Amino acid sequence: MKPSVLPTPAPLFSRSGWGIYFACVAVVAALAPVLNLLVPAGHPLHLSDFAVSLLGKIMCYAICALAMDLIWGYTGILSLGHGLFFALGGYAMGMYLMRQIGRDGNYKSDLPDFMVFLDWKELPWHWALSDSFAATLALVVLAPGVLALVFGFFAFRSRIKGVYFSIITQAMTFAFMLLFFRNETGFGGNNGFTDFKRILGMPLATPQMRMFLFVLTGLTLLAFYLLARWLMRSKYGRVLQAVRDAESRLMFCGYSPLPYKLSIWVLSAVMCGVAGALYVPQVGIINPSEMSAANSIEIAIWAAVGGRGTLVGPIVGAFLVNGAKSWLTVTAPEIWLYFLGGLFIIVTLYLPHGVVGWLRQLRSRWGSVASNTKGGDA
Amino acid sequence: MTPDLMAQGAERYQKALAKSARVSDSGGRAASYARLHQAGDLDLAHGRILYLEDVHVSFDGFKAINGLSLDIAPGELRCIIGPNGAGKTTMMDIITGKTRPDAGRVFFGSTINLLRHNEPEIAQLGIGRKFQKPTVFEHLTVYENLELALKTHKGVAASMLFRPDGGQRDRLEEVLHTIHLPSAVLRQAGNLSHGQKQWLEIGMLLMQEPKLLLLDEPVAGMTDHETERTAELFLSLKGKHSLMVVEHDMSFIRRISDIVTVLCDGAVLAQGSLDQVQADERVIEVYLGR
Repeated sequence: MKPSVLPTPAPLFSRSGWGIYFACVAVVAALAPVLNLLVPAGHPLHLSDFAVSLLGKIMCYAICALAMDLIWGYTGILSLGHGLFFALGGYAMGMYLMRQIGRDGNYKSDLPDFMVFLDWKELPWHWALSDSFAATLALVVLAPGVLALVFGFFAFRSRIKGVYFSIITQAMTFAFMLLFFRNETGFGGNNGFTDFKRILGMPLATPQMRMFLFVLTGLTLLAFYLLARWLMRSKYGRVLQAVRDAESRLMFCGYSPLPYKLSIWVLSAVMCGVAGALYVPQVGIINPSEMSAANSIEIAIWAAVGGRGTLVGPIVGAFLVNGAKSWLTVTAPEIWLYFLGGLFIIVTLYLPHGVVGWLRQLRSRWGSVASNTKGGDA
Repeated sequence: MTPDLMAQGAERYQKALAKSARVSDSGGRAASYARLHQAGDLDLAHGRILYLEDVHVSFDGFKAINGLSLDIAPGELRCIIGPNGAGKTTMMDIITGKTRPDAGRVFFGSTINLLRHNEPEIAQLGIGRKFQKPTVFEHLTVYENLELALKTHKGVAASMLFRPDGGQRDRLEEVLHTIHLPSAVLRQAGNLSHGQKQWLEIGMLLMQEPKLLLLDEPVAGMTDHETERTAELFLSLKGKHSLMVVEHDMSFIRRISDIVTVLCDGAVLAQGSLDQVQADERVIEVYLGR
């Protein structure tokens, strides 16, 4: 019998791949807490509180970039409204944190301060669940998930694609921003929510809580990465790439693209919602500016800079761009936006597969020069 | 209700029960029908796998298909020729559900009304289509392209958990050899030559195990050698599958055809053996040239 020419299915990770993955888990869950909490301040190895909150924030952004990559890099659908899903998750968490303030607000009232200021006498109906942490967790998933499901169903069923889809998502986040800016909507108007005091009865502003949220965010990011990797390595992921490359061919192969697009779109939105819910307690504020058009576009830039269609790419991109942002906005705040624009142009023109794609290209070129076999991808 | 009426009703009910039991024994049909048909099954009792009757389509007033009637027998290899704009590709669009006709009837077998189904459903029913421009998933490997086309459950959950079983791997391997691409199994489809892409697309069709294959210019851009191998492949498919081949390459058509249909201005102009249609005055006028 002839030997089979068919490839054997690759495992989720190679042995060294699992090694790197668990090294990342160890760094996030063990090394960082030790360096921050146990190593005394002033020691060269001490991880400052500033660094912890900055990295925690960036890991939230990295979840968004990963979510963007699933829908844009793999499925070819550019969403310019992911900031909305992020903000909805953040607002759901923010409502709970507002209720946790209790009577410690400026007005010493049962109601959140902004409601007292507006002379409201009782909680509006949509705050009914905000006292329950379990209901809040459900809302973090359901608010962006259901909105994405309904919006996606109509958009994909009408076969809206390409730039039209991008524009509609951009319009959607803008419309929600205007809605949330209004005081009558009951989400604190343009000030949003802030001045949080505690979560689950525990104070927020302690080093331990900051570290706990950091670890939680890091583990969530790593878990989402694993989920995304499993999905993209299954036939499901290849069908999504087929949607991107030749959707009509896929239909004539007997696949209905609607459930595929809808499922990845909803998953992507939920990931952003979870990122938003992790972001708000760490940053301490949520307001409608998170829904601005620029924020959604930035998510797309992180994914593009890091490398679309690779899973580590968007995470690397989120760290690179936001790292540069926090450095540049301190040293030379006036050039930041020019830098961002220039970066986007350079990446689009010269690095179509982003930084990670470029590095892989270099490695395979170096590998072929050294007449090595091609290594496994990360 | 009086007791006698109730008794009569009970009697009728018992009779009806007995009757329905008999009916299910004979397969749900009266005795004169030999076979049982499930909804959606392909019924070839009338000797046609595809049946188009008086189909009309117009785009902004331009009549792309104008009273087209055509039928294809099971196992037949039918060649379609005709000048540009004759409606060949539009006809395939109608059969595969991409374009809705303004009027007319399109049946697959004698029971399935194709106008009630969309593209994925029609593909699942057993109609495969190759595009005029070879269309493969460029960023996937040859193997992954074939695997996607494999006839199996095509829902989201099924795809997430999919692993090819032994029979499916045999089938993948067999088709890889049929399309002469076993050495390119891990190459990206986008890096294949034009002729290889054509073959890959044909291979994807074969993976779907369709009953009817619609092939739009399958040998365009192929070398003579590749064209010859394609002709052999189509001849070997004939009988097991029904094929409808649109081509301009006359020597290729001569090699494979029984019956040739000439389309012109959205309707059938002539039909017969290649020699017959080539001798037809009207065909010479509109297509072959004097």
